[in-house]
Amino acid sequence: MSLAAVLHRRPGLRLTGLLTPALVWLGLFYVLPIGFLLATAFFDTDSFTGRITYSFTTDNVVEVLTEPAYLLTVLRTVGVAVGVTLLCVLLAVPLAAYMALVASARSRPVLVALVLTPLWASYLVKVYAWRVLLAPEGPLGGLSPGYGWVAVVVTLTYLWLPYMVLPIYAGISSMRGSFLEAAADLGARPWTAFRTVVLPVLGPAVAAGSVFTFSLSLGDYISVQLVGGTNQMLGNIVYQTFSTDLPFAAAVAVLPLVVMAFYLLTIRRTGALGRL
Amino acid sequence: MRVMTAARTVALIGAAGLVLAACGGGGSGGAPGAPGGGAAPPAAQAYAGPVGQGEGKLSVLAWPGYAEDGSTDPKVDWVTPFEQATGCQVTVKTFATSAEAVQLFSTGEYDVVSASGDASLRLVYGDRVQPVNTGLVPNYADVIPDLKDKPWNTVAGQNYGVPHGRGANLLLYNTAANPTPPTSWKNMWDPASTAKGKISPYDDAIYIADAAVYLMSTKPELGIKNPYALDKTQFDAAVALLQQQKPLVAEYWADVVKQGQGLASGALLEGQGWQLTANLANSSAAGKVGTTKPSEGATGWSDTWMVKKGTANINCSYLWLNHVVSPQVNAQIAEYFGEAPANTKSCALTTNKDHCTQYHAQETGFWDNVYYWTTPVENCVDGRTDVKCIPYDEWVKSWTQLRSS
Repeated sequence: MSLAAVLHRRPGLRLTGLLTPALVWLGLFYVLPIGFLLATAFFDTDSFTGRITYSFTTDNVVEVLTEPAYLLTVLRTVGVAVGVTLLCVLLAVPLAAYMALVASARSRPVLVALVLTPLWASYLVKVYAWRVLLAPEGPLGGLSPGYGWVAVVVTLTYLWLPYMVLPIYAGISSMRGSFLEAAADLGARPWTAFRTVVLPVLGPAVAAGSVFTFSLSLGDYISVQLVGGTNQMLGNIVYQTFSTDLPFAAAVAVLPLVVMAFYLLTIRRTGALGRL
Repeated sequence: MRVMTAARTVALIGAAGLVLAACGGGGSGGAPGAPGGGAAPPAAQAYAGPVGQGEGKLSVLAWPGYAEDGSTDPKVDWVTPFEQATGCQVTVKTFATSAEAVQLFSTGEYDVVSASGDASLRLVYGDRVQPVNTGLVPNYADVIPDLKDKPWNTVAGQNYGVPHGRGANLLLYNTAANPTPPTSWKNMWDPASTAKGKISPYDDAIYIADAAVYLMSTKPELGIKNPYALDKTQFDAAVALLQQQKPLVAEYWADVVKQGQGLASGALLEGQGWQLTANLANSSAAGKVGTTKPSEGATGWSDTWMVKKGTANINCSYLWLNHVVSPQVNAQIAEYFGEAPANTKSCALTTNKDHCTQYHAQETGFWDNVYYWTTPVENCVDGRTDVKCIPYDEWVKSWTQLRSS
């Protein structure tokens, strides 16, 4: 009996065959490492050499969850992520709306290309550019907010804006400008038209874009080093401690994972993940 | 329902993790490292010799600028002559901090490493390096006695490496704002500092030692003799001083170029750093950044070339050690990097004839109140047996908390 014949009779086998490589890859290189990370948080280290001693202890997890300094850092990091997301939404919605609804068909691809072009530039180059721009004695002079949380939020907003613009653009461009005209014909005032026609489309699109901006900001540790002055985010704590105390760093690293898991589970209900 | 499935998956992963943890609970880490250090290091034998034909390859882990092979600047190359002379093909990997060095070297992929004093002991007690038979390194005889048999490169009477060079962490200052050179660290620590909001300390846990050095002068009643041997009271005082310093800080530095630019432009008025930083900043605009070692003293560093335990390329390793500490090469490295060479004969061979004077290479007196980076351990490195000193991982924890608060 040939392989083709067997597969023809057993559709289940076909499905398994197609899915297995992907699932094995996902399991081996994604799920398993995260499992190890979680497990490592419960180990201990020899205090001096940094070698892991494989004895179970909850000290690291307890310390991460109870030490005020770390909880404060978690709050600040989440705060930055939220701030960046909100600012991105504020900037991206008008831009995407213009691109999708108002711009002529000819200029649309050009605008999309312009939004995407900064992604080609190196991350470090862009952050250093902001560092120079925001320098207290730099081009902005007294107007500059200086290095601090404002600078971090502004820089990260700049970096992740394309990731917010594109999903919103995709969402709005599924509509036609004629929808708004139809709503007006039916007697809707501008705000009602916006609320009933545009917002239902906008919601999931914004949620999809926010997944990017939120998760990317949560894990970022380089921008805050360059434009954040003396401030720190969660990633910096991991960076500082992973060579002397890997289990502790693992415990800290699990926190953003937990935050993101909750965030994604919430977003899932809006149907936004289908639009990614 | 979907949320339930997702929650179930998360629970499964968590359970798997706990199972792994339980499985691993039985065995030990395989680490003979003495908890707290200061006790006997892991048993190891130095190579008996003789140093023969090279094995054909060598993997080097080094600070940037220590093992230049022409890839940064074609004119700066002391690796290729070594390859040609010994037949050992060299691959170089650089690191940015001592923490990275320890972590990378622990992977076992490198044969030799240039370890600063805050990494060398961790490597010794972590059983990563072998004792070095200095009799097999002819150029060792010319190394300045100041650097031989020191606590960070010699344990229980055995040498664990060959000294590379040394430098002090100096007070760097913007010359425009400070027409007369400062003589004290005061403006880096005092709440009424004239440089408030514009100072730049080092961004690493080892900087706690700098606080301790300042306390040695301002609070002698604490009785600090060695800034790396701090008992609970002394350590808490140092951390309190760092908390007090925090409002004065513009940025904690980890990159020499950024700090140098800040000091030259006036964004930073004072900082703790390296002569190299000032040299780089002054190369674009002369005389903007000055350096001085304040009267209270300073921390410093002295690097040691160490050899991996059980390395297959033992002959190439010893040939490299001898090469790097030879008069000509040591002079080249010291000039390129900006530090004092270890070999006494190197001073005559530097291109800049004032190099050794500038870096105080031969002035023994200069180094009297320079406290080289050493890893703090529980058994106090100043020899006290009546108290327990705070070990390095506590330093890192306190530093992380300080930076996060």
